[in-house]
Amino acid sequence: MSMLRRLKMTMGAALAVSLASTLAVHADEQFFPLQSYRVGPYAAGGTGFFGGFIDYLNLVNIRDGGINGVKLTWDEGETQYEVERGIEVYERLKSHPGIAAWNPLSVGIAYAMIDRITKDRVPLITINHGRTDSTDGRVFPYVFPLLLNPYSETSGIVNYIASREGGPDKLKGKKIVVLYHGSPYGKETIPIYKLLADKYAFSLEQIEVPHPGNEQQSQWLSIRRAKPDYVVLRGWGVMNPVALKTAQKVGFPADHIIGNVWSNSEEDVIPAGDAAKGYVAITTQASGSEYPVLQEVIKTVYGANKGNLEDKKRIGSVYHNLGIVNGILNVEAVRIAQAKFGKRTLTGDEVRWGFEHLQLDPARVEALGAKGLFHSINVTWDNHEGDGRVTFQQWDGSKWKVVSDWIAPDWAFLRPIIERSSTAYAKEHGIKVRTSGDDPVSQ
Amino acid sequence: MAALASTQSRRVSAETLGIGIAIVAAYGVVPLAGSDYLLDAVLTPFLALALAAVGLNVLTGYAGQVSLGSAAFLAVGAYAAYNLHLRIPGLPLLVDLVLAGSIAAAVGIVFGLPSLRLRGFYLAVSTLAAQFFVQWALTKFGWFSNDNASGVIDAPPLSIAGVSFTNPVERYVFSLTVVVVLSLVTLRLLRSQSGRNFVAVRDHEIAAKVIGVPILRTKLLAFGISSFLIGVAGVLWAFAYLRTVEPAGFNLDRSFQILFIIIIGGLASLRGSFVGAAFIVVFPLLLSRVGAALLGSVFDSGVLEMSQRILIGVLIIAFLIAEPRGLIALWDRTWARTWAAVWPAKHPTIPT
Repeated sequence: MSMLRRLKMTMGAALAVSLASTLAVHADEQFFPLQSYRVGPYAAGGTGFFGGFIDYLNLVNIRDGGINGVKLTWDEGETQYEVERGIEVYERLKSHPGIAAWNPLSVGIAYAMIDRITKDRVPLITINHGRTDSTDGRVFPYVFPLLLNPYSETSGIVNYIASREGGPDKLKGKKIVVLYHGSPYGKETIPIYKLLADKYAFSLEQIEVPHPGNEQQSQWLSIRRAKPDYVVLRGWGVMNPVALKTAQKVGFPADHIIGNVWSNSEEDVIPAGDAAKGYVAITTQASGSEYPVLQEVIKTVYGANKGNLEDKKRIGSVYHNLGIVNGILNVEAVRIAQAKFGKRTLTGDEVRWGFEHLQLDPARVEALGAKGLFHSINVTWDNHEGDGRVTFQQWDGSKWKVVSDWIAPDWAFLRPIIERSSTAYAKEHGIKVRTSGDDPVSQ
Repeated sequence: MAALASTQSRRVSAETLGIGIAIVAAYGVVPLAGSDYLLDAVLTPFLALALAAVGLNVLTGYAGQVSLGSAAFLAVGAYAAYNLHLRIPGLPLLVDLVLAGSIAAAVGIVFGLPSLRLRGFYLAVSTLAAQFFVQWALTKFGWFSNDNASGVIDAPPLSIAGVSFTNPVERYVFSLTVVVVLSLVTLRLLRSQSGRNFVAVRDHEIAAKVIGVPILRTKLLAFGISSFLIGVAGVLWAFAYLRTVEPAGFNLDRSFQILFIIIIGGLASLRGSFVGAAFIVVFPLLLSRVGAALLGSVFDSGVLEMSQRILIGVLIIAFLIAEPRGLIALWDRTWARTWAAVWPAKHPTIPT
């Protein structure tokens, strides 16, 4: 009885609190709803990325007083990387005024949001991941797989392997195994690896590791039988250190394992200890805290005790820097949109315009204090990826060392494949394909 | 004898009244009073999982067959409905729904066959086969997801005879109607000879056999009906709530979630399925909102999430100690006591 009554009281309190929180409306604020994940198997990625993102938003607020006086605000909802929780958070936060963009950092959640954000007219940012054909802004006006979509990443990795072998023609007859995470994210690149294998005539085997990937004995035994020249690790979370350790057990050399963009962090290699030494991984943003923008974050944000990372040693780690870069891209898109629409709270459609004109050349990147952190970006109304460059880093046992230049993926080869897929999607969903950036977006 | 009959009729009419009030409130009040968030993110998944729990309750609560494969039947329902819609143009949604449920029922009957030889924990373990097989098949064969590279499918829009259900209220009403109709049909079925056969098999299989209950038919019927309901729940989950489907969303955790709903809500009680679903779906959300509003500035969302899990775990233990037969029994006891306190004369004896 008393327990029931207490339960009722709790529910009443909850209702009152939730009502009060939705009533709070402010002028001149740009809001970032964050579907973060700080618990569960992918917490390392979640805390680093959202920590970096929040750190950068804090930096802009403290150092500049927001973007041209418009303060940046945010609210977090825990998703544990699960689709239905991500959707719950979306429904919870979507009515907040002044939403700039959604950044779920989960392919599954992003897929489930595409229809919803298109209807609600708010941009969805999937930096370094997402649905590849959403690169085609003609069909997906509100979705932005910034910097690097999965196909570009694949092309970058194959180009890198080619350069190590001494040229694309040397790939012929080589054998590559792709070990991928058993999730929508992991499977996204299956067709493009097949296409590239045909193009360069290397033999290919793609092996799935079921989520979360803490048991890989049988997969690595098949790899040992296949005797590949390279293994591409398309992992996520706990799957990565387990892969490296199991590789060591079956005697596969770490320097012939190439990690993809979600297998490239300190959290992936440190737990593997010795087994990770020599391991190479692709990245769009360098690690380390020597870049001016990182120094400012340390001084201004962590100095004021407002830093988001609990463990300060993680400042400048791969995920943290990705969060910072994501912050830079979001903030600059809002700034660009403000230059056109005015220095006030913008609507989702206006911020979308900002993202479609997000062009940061190396000089602008340097002015932002991020020279060397990432190369450049050039988003247009029909190219929502923005031609990000990639580089490769090698783990020396204690830190990542860059071992390549900024490499460009083979965009010309990829674009027709992307367009084929996106136009099929447009047809299936009855979407009118835009013919110019000024086209009104059909619903 | 006459007194007994009158008690019984009073109980029946009280039940009809309760169901009537609940349905009127669900149709009349909630769509007007509820926000989009409440309808779309809380009530629609609640309805889908409640229907799944009703389905599992038929199997586990009434017929006594423990199953850990519920999520597999959810998945079968969702993928069957998707593929039927995709491959048979112009198929009406309701027909699609029934066919998807029937396919789930067929799969359920196949995986129910071991129940003829296995009982209890052994049966539970054998239903795990359904769980792993279905998830594996959906991942392995691209045909099920129309060869989508990442294995994710987009659910088609809901529409019946030209009326489309596109906004949160409409989706809620659609789900509610499906759940209400199927729950009432299930309730009717459980009061029929088949329902009594279920209970007989659960309580004493050999005795049931001796008095002439067809064991084989009864068990497979329970598996079939249960999987049908769970399959339809899967369609609601995929089409009305998430509007996208991936096999990983139907993993073993989901099976356990549905099993916990009926254990916490109350076995062999349809009301229990709804109360349990409310506890498992709605309560964590409320707790998370309260936690975020009160302590969000002090702790980050990860710490809050962990504390909520601990709190929910403690509550589950506390409730089950207070009443092992589930929340619904707790509710009935409390209700009976209150009733007795108000009109002591009409209820001279309250069995304790």
